[in-house]
Amino acid sequence: MSGAPPENTFRDEELLADTICRLIGDARHVAVGASSPIPATAALLARERGRGKPYVSLLGSRAHTFFTDGARELFDCAGQGRIDVFFLSGGQIDGAGNINLVSVGDYEHPKARFPGSFGSAYLYYVVPKVILFRVEHSRRTLVPRVDFISAPGVSPENVFRPGGPIALITNRCLFEFDRERRRFRLASVHPAHSVAEVIENTGFDFDRPADVPTTSSPSAETLHLLRSTVAPMLAEVYPQFAAQVFGVSRGLPETRPVG
Amino acid sequence: MAVIARTLDEALAPIADGCVLAVPRESSGAPMAATRALIRRGVRRLHLIALPTSTLQADLLIGAGCVETLETSAVSLGEFGPAPRFTAAILSGSIRMMDATCPALHAQFQAAEKGVPFMPLRGLVGSDVLAHRPDWKVVDNPFGNNDPIVLLPALKPDLALLHAPMADRAGNVFVGIQREFFSMAHAAKKTVVTVEKIHDGNLLSDPLLAAGTLPGFYVEAVAVEPRGAWPLPLPDHYGVDAAHLAEYALLATTPEGFADYLQRYVYERRAA
Repeated sequence: MSGAPPENTFRDEELLADTICRLIGDARHVAVGASSPIPATAALLARERGRGKPYVSLLGSRAHTFFTDGARELFDCAGQGRIDVFFLSGGQIDGAGNINLVSVGDYEHPKARFPGSFGSAYLYYVVPKVILFRVEHSRRTLVPRVDFISAPGVSPENVFRPGGPIALITNRCLFEFDRERRRFRLASVHPAHSVAEVIENTGFDFDRPADVPTTSSPSAETLHLLRSTVAPMLAEVYPQFAAQVFGVSRGLPETRPVG
Repeated sequence: MAVIARTLDEALAPIADGCVLAVPRESSGAPMAATRALIRRGVRRLHLIALPTSTLQADLLIGAGCVETLETSAVSLGEFGPAPRFTAAILSGSIRMMDATCPALHAQFQAAEKGVPFMPLRGLVGSDVLAHRPDWKVVDNPFGNNDPIVLLPALKPDLALLHAPMADRAGNVFVGIQREFFSMAHAAKKTVVTVEKIHDGNLLSDPLLAAGTLPGFYVEAVAVEPRGAWPLPLPDHYGVDAAHLAEYALLATTPEGFADYLQRYVYERRAA
């Protein structure tokens, strides 16, 4: 079934977006790349909560972007440190924060092929807070070692690297990334999931405290903001997602003449 | 001086077999009517560069056997899932893939725009993207100290193929905010553009329009193709044809379904 859930329950996507929104924290400019509907939800939620701050730029949007210098401006901006938060995913993610958006098996003769690295091989290095998201939390996606490094989680001391991962969120839990230890640490487990289940479904080793908290559920106010204000904005770039998760459909696009 | 071609095929004539062809990302306005015309003509052995990514356009050209080499950062159908013919071609090894990352391609076009041999770029060091690109080099920053940085060669395509809202009769093309079109046209040896309509008057005479106008001296040929980005969107003009893309995503999962798609929507010239 698709469509908005009743008021007193929430969907995984809403929990994930709310959690990511907290991770965004105090930022000036948040950018969201391709195929990132949950991060886009989180960024727009952050902007609603901040009454217009941070700046949010959604790739592929005309309504929610500040870029006027073409597709390269995001990268030029990020290279100067003007993008504070970005989001990346991976067909595979490993325990050292390496991400693979390219292929499984030998690169020349792959067993599976993903779309490609997009901007990851650059943005992962230069954006201070990169939040990794991978809804499917399984040993297929969270692996001991990625088959192809689209972008490494950490770099040697002499490599220019002001940025990198701060967290990884999945459908089961939230990991924080410890850059010193070059490992993930389990930060919280989502409601109705367990630490044992996280261990069972994770292909890499990670640190964890003796008591792992449960991820906070979104408040009624947050759910209201998501469903009433954020969802219609999402429909511009992610119409399928907005329809499936929030039951929001986009009106027929208008054809407007220019000039 | 660019000419307004009498037919789309006439405008596309410079796109020869084996040429290096640059096309834009979907969200900027992809020349899809032109892509279908190239497939009908049977263009072969393209070195296709999608700046910096592609969706249906690359998938169609690959599936139709037009592409020998693909140089881009990603190909997918976005919310409609993986790009089936791209994926199949990589798995079967039927195309040569040059995996890039978005800002690297932008930087390579910028180098060509400036007429310099290369552009440095941050990131990339320690990635397998770099490891599989012998044409990219790592040097020690000559202005720094023990600071490895990647140098990317200038990319000068034979042709850039674009779709834009309008052109005037002098071949000036209004591209608006899609400024990577400038970069592509500056870098490419020749540029061919399809447009929604002809603008009566001179696009360069109004400063508001001129700021978003590609001067005609970069443009080899212009053809008028209303809804020329269909089924993909043209920003500020029309949205994506979601039902069509869903149909494509389903059909293109098998070679037979893809052939059926080509027959119905490309060879029979069935339009929106």
